[in-house]
Amino acid sequence: MNVPVPGEIDRRLLNERSVPGRIGLQMPGLDVPEQPLPDAGLLRSQEARLPEVSQPEVVRYFTALSRMNFSVDTNFYPLGSCTMKYNPRVNEELAFLPGMAGIHPHQPDETVQGALQLIWELQSDLGEITGLPGVCLGPLAGAQGEYSGLMIARAYFADRGDTGRTVALIPDSAHGTNPASAAMAGLEVVTVPSDAQGNVDVEALRGLVDQRTCVFMLTLPSTLGLFEPNILEITGIVHQAGGLIYADGANLNALLGIVKLGDLGFDIAHSNLHKTFSTPHGGGGPGAGPVLVSDELAPFLPTPLVTRDGDTYRLTAPERSIGRVNGFHGSFGVLVRAYAYIRAVGVEGMRQVAENAIINANYIRVALSDEFGGDADRICMHECVFSPQAQKAKGVSALDISKRLIDYGIHPPTMYFPLIVPEALMVEPTETETKDTLDRFIAVMRQINREIDEDPDLLHDAPHDAPNTRLDEAGAARNPYLRWQPDEDSQAAD
Amino acid sequence: MTPNASPYIPNTDADREQMLAAIGVRSFDDLVQEVPAQHRFPELNLRPALSEFDLTAEISALAARNATPGDYACFLGSGAYRHFIPSVVKSVVARGEFLTSYTPYQPEVAQGTLQVGFEFQSMICEITGMEVANAGMYDGPTAFAEGALMACRITRRHTIAVLDTVDPRNIEILDAYTRHQGCEITVVGRDDDVPADAACLMVQSPNQFGVVEDMAALAGRAHDAGALAVACVNPTSLGMFRTPGECDVDIVAAEGQALGVPLSFGGPYVGLFACKDVYKRQMPGRIIGRTTDTKGRVAYTLTLQTREQHIRRERATSNICTSTALISLLMTTYLATLGRSGFQKVAELCYHKAHYAAAEIDRLPGYTVRNDGPFFHEFLVECPRPPAEINRALLDRKIIGGRDLGDRTANGMLICVTETNTRAEIDQLVTALAEIAETAALAKTRGP
Repeated sequence: MNVPVPGEIDRRLLNERSVPGRIGLQMPGLDVPEQPLPDAGLLRSQEARLPEVSQPEVVRYFTALSRMNFSVDTNFYPLGSCTMKYNPRVNEELAFLPGMAGIHPHQPDETVQGALQLIWELQSDLGEITGLPGVCLGPLAGAQGEYSGLMIARAYFADRGDTGRTVALIPDSAHGTNPASAAMAGLEVVTVPSDAQGNVDVEALRGLVDQRTCVFMLTLPSTLGLFEPNILEITGIVHQAGGLIYADGANLNALLGIVKLGDLGFDIAHSNLHKTFSTPHGGGGPGAGPVLVSDELAPFLPTPLVTRDGDTYRLTAPERSIGRVNGFHGSFGVLVRAYAYIRAVGVEGMRQVAENAIINANYIRVALSDEFGGDADRICMHECVFSPQAQKAKGVSALDISKRLIDYGIHPPTMYFPLIVPEALMVEPTETETKDTLDRFIAVMRQINREIDEDPDLLHDAPHDAPNTRLDEAGAARNPYLRWQPDEDSQAAD
Repeated sequence: MTPNASPYIPNTDADREQMLAAIGVRSFDDLVQEVPAQHRFPELNLRPALSEFDLTAEISALAARNATPGDYACFLGSGAYRHFIPSVVKSVVARGEFLTSYTPYQPEVAQGTLQVGFEFQSMICEITGMEVANAGMYDGPTAFAEGALMACRITRRHTIAVLDTVDPRNIEILDAYTRHQGCEITVVGRDDDVPADAACLMVQSPNQFGVVEDMAALAGRAHDAGALAVACVNPTSLGMFRTPGECDVDIVAAEGQALGVPLSFGGPYVGLFACKDVYKRQMPGRIIGRTTDTKGRVAYTLTLQTREQHIRRERATSNICTSTALISLLMTTYLATLGRSGFQKVAELCYHKAHYAAAEIDRLPGYTVRNDGPFFHEFLVECPRPPAEINRALLDRKIIGGRDLGDRTANGMLICVTETNTRAEIDQLVTALAEIAETAALAKTRGP
């Protein structure tokens, strides 16, 4: 064994801790007579080299790993466009009720009426919040909601015999999933430029729409955190050309009770329940990305939906459905949490969520714009974007600033996105943070700005106080090491 | 002072007043002037907020209207499986540091999530016998469909051959994923030739009827046609049965739910995805790699990211950006707890119990086990009456019967038995099936 160093974290993998004979679980005995085995040729010849560790080791290993993470529970996490809000604990408990977590997706409808009612209620509530009454909760993440929405658009035009609509118009500020989903849906991606203020360049859009336009995908508020001031003109231009308007609902948190997407003329949207509706991000999923559409498009929704007939709920396929986009009825456990959130926030609370998110973002924007190249004059919605080009000129990048925040116990903002802002730092505080936390963040950012002049290496070498300093990411990609392998010495000994 | 309305929103009226003053506006309304006035502040037809006490009561009442395992014996499988989940798994996944973190774009403060993901990839490689795996996908069927798209990219061919024993639901999802990619899906039988222009042959084992396919022979046939072999497997079965890696399969997908993930009415689950090393740069999804930090210490990071949507945009290998990390954590903790011997033991328990049940049911007058090959833990039974009727009668006896496959095979019911089904439950099922058949026969002789 290597001699331990003070402060060193034991990073050995489970298989490097494994000792033959240890078990983590006592298995039940076989209570039926042993049955004949199949031909040996059908059986695996080598056993899976899974670790052999005891139960206390399992618990300590994973608990120690968890402590190497920043999380909303432990740190301010102002990651733009990700809406890292508090995840209410009661929702975890409710999702794990045996009547929710224990039910099988093939159970007959009459044995899962409670689950089906929950899905139906959530369909209705999301339709009400967005003004798009056709709702399918099935898509398992925002990107799958996008893909479903685009398939709906294509099916709708195919149904009308309007087969020449093969272009997706997408702003240059869009999330990468928008063009990736459009490509999967067989659409040609045409980029719509932004104007100097970061809004959609309306004249450019006017020149780009034509009879080939299938859909214009717009994130609202935009990835710059801005409400599109010409939104009604934009939806009018696209509709005039016979196209549909898609709302990327990643930033829906800013619109709760403020405006409904349907009222603005949007035809299709998706909503990320793991953002706006407080379900945990879980280190990168599971999410849920319900797809929402106008009444006209509802017959094309994915399968299944839940319909109500008197007091009975059942799973059904819409009449001209694009079909199933995943195995069952969506991320049901995530849906339980989102529904519980909507019921806890209630009608009066929805607008308060958006109001506080917007006030918090503007408070940060006003405090830091002068120093970090933000827009001191343009009001933002739920997030604000800085462009520290003055710092870059001094040799300190947005990445350096981000990594230095880690030393102060703050998760970095979203970096280098949107792509149209040089050195972008996108900050989304959410409504669940206190003014104290925001004041501390502002103070830390100002302190970091002073450090740039006093000792820029504090930034270049950051983080100093995390489980790891900066990583050799280029090396990781050049020589991919993607799984545990028995070490070469012991292999040689074999 | 009036207390806040919501426990989730900390700022008070006084806080907000100070903040609005600092922003330089008089009221919140001044912040949303760009929202068209005629649509601003719409009425929402939602119900009033519930206290946590009332919320718990309301959702618990909904849960109580679902038939749950404590009250019913359940013999459903067909893509989702009830297995015992150790307490350790549930307690680890409840750690807020895992639960409430984001995708590990900032690796220095996400080493927990990243190291778990590396363990996950390693375990998938071990159980499937494959060389590389990604960090997880949405679910089994979508991972299988992504496998077909990957095979098309690698071979630059566009015909997807699917074996006719693949679950029709998987084919439906495959269709949804490939519809606009210029791909053509061709269903082929075990004895048919693999089309010469096929990108891949898609195989599911155990198949829709529970039968373990000869993956090695099928992979050989695919390779002879210049196509890749893409297999969808049940991971629990790999505690006993030959791995896709041993069968020379190129791309493997699996539904990970069976490995420690609650049934939860169909999700969230996790798709497992693995392939041969030569194809790793064509994989969809997140991939975690090992590297070092500036001090030479071990560290993990997302890698090979130039395949992905946030960089490659419309030229990405997929639009996916989740790895379903929390569900991967469930699976990783489950396999860590079961360990090498437990993983085999669960498979063996399932196998013996299912075969015991099949033998007992096959003995009953009117019931025949119809599998045309070896099976693992689910099997097709031809029933004397439509399965829907039998299942209704079983439900009266507090038994949730097998899946009704009457639409695919005459009076077919797919019965699944796992280690969670006790012998008493199996015997109850057998007795009930016998009674239901007798009642039917009796009704027939007596006439209406």
